[in-house]
Amino acid sequence: MAHWLCIRLPRLALEVFTRASDGQRPLALVDGGRKLSVLACNAAARRCGVRVGMSAAAARALSPELLLCRRNIAAEEAALCALADWAGQFSSRISLHAGTVLLENEGSLKLFGGRAALLRRVRRGVAGLGYRDRCAAAPTPLSAVALSRCRTSRIVEACSQLPGVLGPLPLSLFEWDPLLLERLQGMGLRSLDEVLRLPRDGLARRFGVSLLRYLDRLLGRVPHPLPPYRPPLRFVRRLSLPGGVSRTTALMFVLRRLVHELCGWLQGQGAGVASLQVRLWSSAASPAELRVGLRRESRDAGTFLVLLQERLQRLSLPRAVSEIELRAQDPVPLDARPPDLFEPQGKPELVELPDRLRARLGAAAVRGIAVVADHRPERAWRHCPPGERGVAAIPASRRPLWLLPQPERLRVCNGRPWLQGELQLEADVERIESGWWDGGDIARDYFMAVNPAGSRYWVYRELRGERGWYLHGVFD
Amino acid sequence: MNRSRLPAEKGLDVLLQRNAVWRGGSRPVAAAGTVATGFPLLDEELAGGGWPRGALTELIAAQAGIGALRLLMPALARLARERRWICWVAPPHVPYAPALAAAGIDLSRILLVHPKAHQDGLWAVEQSLRSGTCGAVLCWPTLEDGVVLRRLQLAAEAGNALGFLFRSPRFARRPSPSALRLQLAAAPDGRLSVSILKRRGGWATGPLYLDPPFPEDGALALYPPAAAGAGSLHPR
Repeated sequence: MAHWLCIRLPRLALEVFTRASDGQRPLALVDGGRKLSVLACNAAARRCGVRVGMSAAAARALSPELLLCRRNIAAEEAALCALADWAGQFSSRISLHAGTVLLENEGSLKLFGGRAALLRRVRRGVAGLGYRDRCAAAPTPLSAVALSRCRTSRIVEACSQLPGVLGPLPLSLFEWDPLLLERLQGMGLRSLDEVLRLPRDGLARRFGVSLLRYLDRLLGRVPHPLPPYRPPLRFVRRLSLPGGVSRTTALMFVLRRLVHELCGWLQGQGAGVASLQVRLWSSAASPAELRVGLRRESRDAGTFLVLLQERLQRLSLPRAVSEIELRAQDPVPLDARPPDLFEPQGKPELVELPDRLRARLGAAAVRGIAVVADHRPERAWRHCPPGERGVAAIPASRRPLWLLPQPERLRVCNGRPWLQGELQLEADVERIESGWWDGGDIARDYFMAVNPAGSRYWVYRELRGERGWYLHGVFD
Repeated sequence: MNRSRLPAEKGLDVLLQRNAVWRGGSRPVAAAGTVATGFPLLDEELAGGGWPRGALTELIAAQAGIGALRLLMPALARLARERRWICWVAPPHVPYAPALAAAGIDLSRILLVHPKAHQDGLWAVEQSLRSGTCGAVLCWPTLEDGVVLRRLQLAAEAGNALGFLFRSPRFARRPSPSALRLQLAAAPDGRLSVSILKRRGGWATGPLYLDPPFPEDGALALYPPAAAGAGSLHPR
């Protein structure tokens, strides 16, 4: 038996704009007609006296810094899809229906500890994305959608309870064709009960079978097939920032919401990513771009946010940012872990040190080292990613702890090498002749040498050519 | 001097055990935690019998190549075995992997950080000390700034890390918040002379002469795994 949870975003038209700002600046949504009037506004605008239904000019007069945003249907649709992507973490069966997101939750009950706990969790998550929601859970998709129009988040367990719960509700809560609703109300019908009490054949004759089919699906008498929502394989989100943003704290505020969307999507895919890419558009021609890399794939919002913050702090924003985009590439399947996105956020300590350092200094500045099985001293080691386990090849003879990146030619006085004084060579000499096969061949005699001040060095003499003396390491 | 009588010797014992009273001439008292240096002669002189954890240690030497790094190898090998990072921030040369491996250090725990700017270097040192996953941080600060050292000391406390600062003798006479300051020099016989300029619970002392081994094949035996008093407190 399926059970559906419906998420409705009643203020979505306004929130596609307000969620990309921290709410300080008054903002009003206006319709697209010729005479602009206010459809909705945020709290800051209401404090200035802006009201729904006012003309845009009047609203502007009340608050000169008021941002007017034209309703953007495409952005609303994209936001619903993004919500569906995010909701993939709670259910593998998601559908978009009548401007809501429906999740089949029977399968996820055990994981989330019951319907009420799941509902709370979903609502908390939706609030974190910057939306106000109405949620409901019911045994049929249509009943969940209808209940989500009520003020409280209702949970109805079984189909048998549906007539009792839905019956008293006014007809306007259900999805009728507007003409049909008018006709029903014209007959003096007010609530669903009154419709259900009418004889079926009479209803079918008057209003067509579609009304009966709706009622049957609503009450679970016939199954209701819904086309499933398929999440995309890549994550790309772009938000336009109304009025522009020039402070990094405000950018972080917006990024936090995008990162939560990303992590929900990753959780739904059972995947993690090792790099994020953020692009910031301003009036400049090309967007500023920042990348954050991790040593291991992750889907932990806390980790991503700490690293992004580190990168953002380093960025100087010459101009206000008008659009922001978050991309995540190459998701890699991660082992199943319980979703922990909305538990107390990841502490900075949980971010691995190399990742943290790399976020600020760049990947090339933070590396590990490994031994390479090669007789030539300069090729007996290499840089590697931090934490990589190389071969455990240990040299047979004495090696210095410091190697010079390039051997340095030593001054020679009276036929002896000098380095802040004459170098005394120790008796042990190590001859290294190797590398003829790859063109990097060397032929050298290596010595440990001590200068008058007591410093020990690793020096060599070339066996060919000029037979020069070189400093190659320090025995510190 | 308080002349009122404490409840006999019992009170005195309590005070001494609590480490609230410092007694000159006695053996240094145990610090919060230490990592044995691997040199019994030196451990003997240090509070808790080793390098102090969660603190800065300054190694002051006029020149390279006298064995300052070799002095740290046994402790670094131990810390790497604890699966903690050994972080080198802006080292002056390339830490040579074959020699480190020969000294018994697990190379997969080594982190080399090469920041471009000086400020980034200090940031990296602080982050590493504070992270809690770093066993030791090695750095070569060139500027004298008490505030910075203070910050690093706090970070080391927060992350319980060993912060090793290699410094030039220019700074030897300046006050410093570091828990331990050692002056290193080459002794005429080729050994390493170590003078303690500052330590917890003790006076400065004259030089000890140590002979830290060169990492080479067979040197591994000199640093036995954890068993022999790894990070242990000094036996009383």
